[in-house]
Amino acid sequence: MASGKEIRTQITSIKSTQKITSAMEMVAASKMRKAQERMLLGKPYAKRIRSVVGHIANAAPEYKHIFMLEREVKRVGYILVSTDRGLCGGLNTNLFKAGIKSMKEWADQEVEIDLCLIGAKAGAFFKSYGGNVVASVRDLGETPSVADLIGSVKVMLDAYAEGKIDKIYLVGNEFVNTMTQNPHVNQLLPLLADDNEKLKHAWDYLYEPEARDLLEGLLTRYIESQVYQAVVENGSCEQAARMLAMKSATDNAGDMIDDLQLVYNKARQAAITQELSEIVSGASAV
Amino acid sequence: MAMTVHCDIVSAEKEIFSGLVEMVIAAGTEGDVGVAYGHAPLLTSLQPGPIRVIKQNGEEEVYYVSGGFLEVQPYAVTVLADTALRADDMDEAAALDAKKDAEKRMQDQSTEFDYASAATQLAEAAAQLRTLQAIRKRTGK
Repeated sequence: MASGKEIRTQITSIKSTQKITSAMEMVAASKMRKAQERMLLGKPYAKRIRSVVGHIANAAPEYKHIFMLEREVKRVGYILVSTDRGLCGGLNTNLFKAGIKSMKEWADQEVEIDLCLIGAKAGAFFKSYGGNVVASVRDLGETPSVADLIGSVKVMLDAYAEGKIDKIYLVGNEFVNTMTQNPHVNQLLPLLADDNEKLKHAWDYLYEPEARDLLEGLLTRYIESQVYQAVVENGSCEQAARMLAMKSATDNAGDMIDDLQLVYNKARQAAITQELSEIVSGASAV
Repeated sequence: MAMTVHCDIVSAEKEIFSGLVEMVIAAGTEGDVGVAYGHAPLLTSLQPGPIRVIKQNGEEEVYYVSGGFLEVQPYAVTVLADTALRADDMDEAAALDAKKDAEKRMQDQSTEFDYASAATQLAEAAAQLRTLQAIRKRTGK
């Protein structure tokens, strides 16, 4: 059995770890509130523009933008949204798993894959896992701006417009609530039609001005807003996941301290008993 | 009672308005458009200017948008604004200042000069003032 002093050192070190994890938990909790606010503010716009674009994809237009055309798939692009920092439980791992599962389906059909990585963790993971990374952004901080993202997303969009990539997926985390975050893989391009029954007949919009200019602007805005929203949503997932991970780390540290305290008390008790019995037996021998 | 259509006005920052309306009047890039129930599907970009919303009981609300897109479906109207403000929250003095500043910059050719950005700023300030004037006319002040 370890001696009293050793156990005491161990308890002290676990206690200081516990202090750190509980501080991180509180920091994550307050950051989560802000991140969630940011996510909720952008949500209505992202949702509405998605439904508008869904309508457009349903229309039978005279002019088809390149983003609306289905092509034979030879190469797909993935935009992965991960966090910059670790210590947030299984958030990134689950995301990569979901991404790789979907990539594997394409790889099995001998389709090549290009990656656009957002966040330092994705960069580190795909460096060791392998994969053709065409663009990456990292260190976005807590208040990501659309301007930071545009550059790397544009690499993918240009490749799509030039016909190098035939499909683009967006992989990110969906914030269900503080306890649950789900990784999802959504097709970004070509546009997916909204399954609204009212729109199934052949119809088209009146465009003001020309369809070409209008769609160009609207679809670019759409992609930007979807990627931005994914990043902001991932931000609040990160804080929520970190808060949970740190909470359970703090709880575990507490359990360990209790166990060690018990062992320490027993060892101390045993030492006292032994000393006493030595004194008694010594006295009786005299 | 007039037929109503569902209208949503959202900006990148937040949801501005959502509800049933009799008519929406917006400043499209090719001219003002008024949309009532049963309008043909329409997609247009917006220029900086006021959006007037006539609600079910004839009550009118004015919003200011700095550009964006308008989508019309027979049963719904969606305004995707770049930035939108409730016109009541708008500050006339600030708009006037911005307009003057932009005009000054347009005339001041000597300094390093970005014509496009000054022109945008001027258009936005002028549109904000137009919005305010529209409100003022309505309230009869």
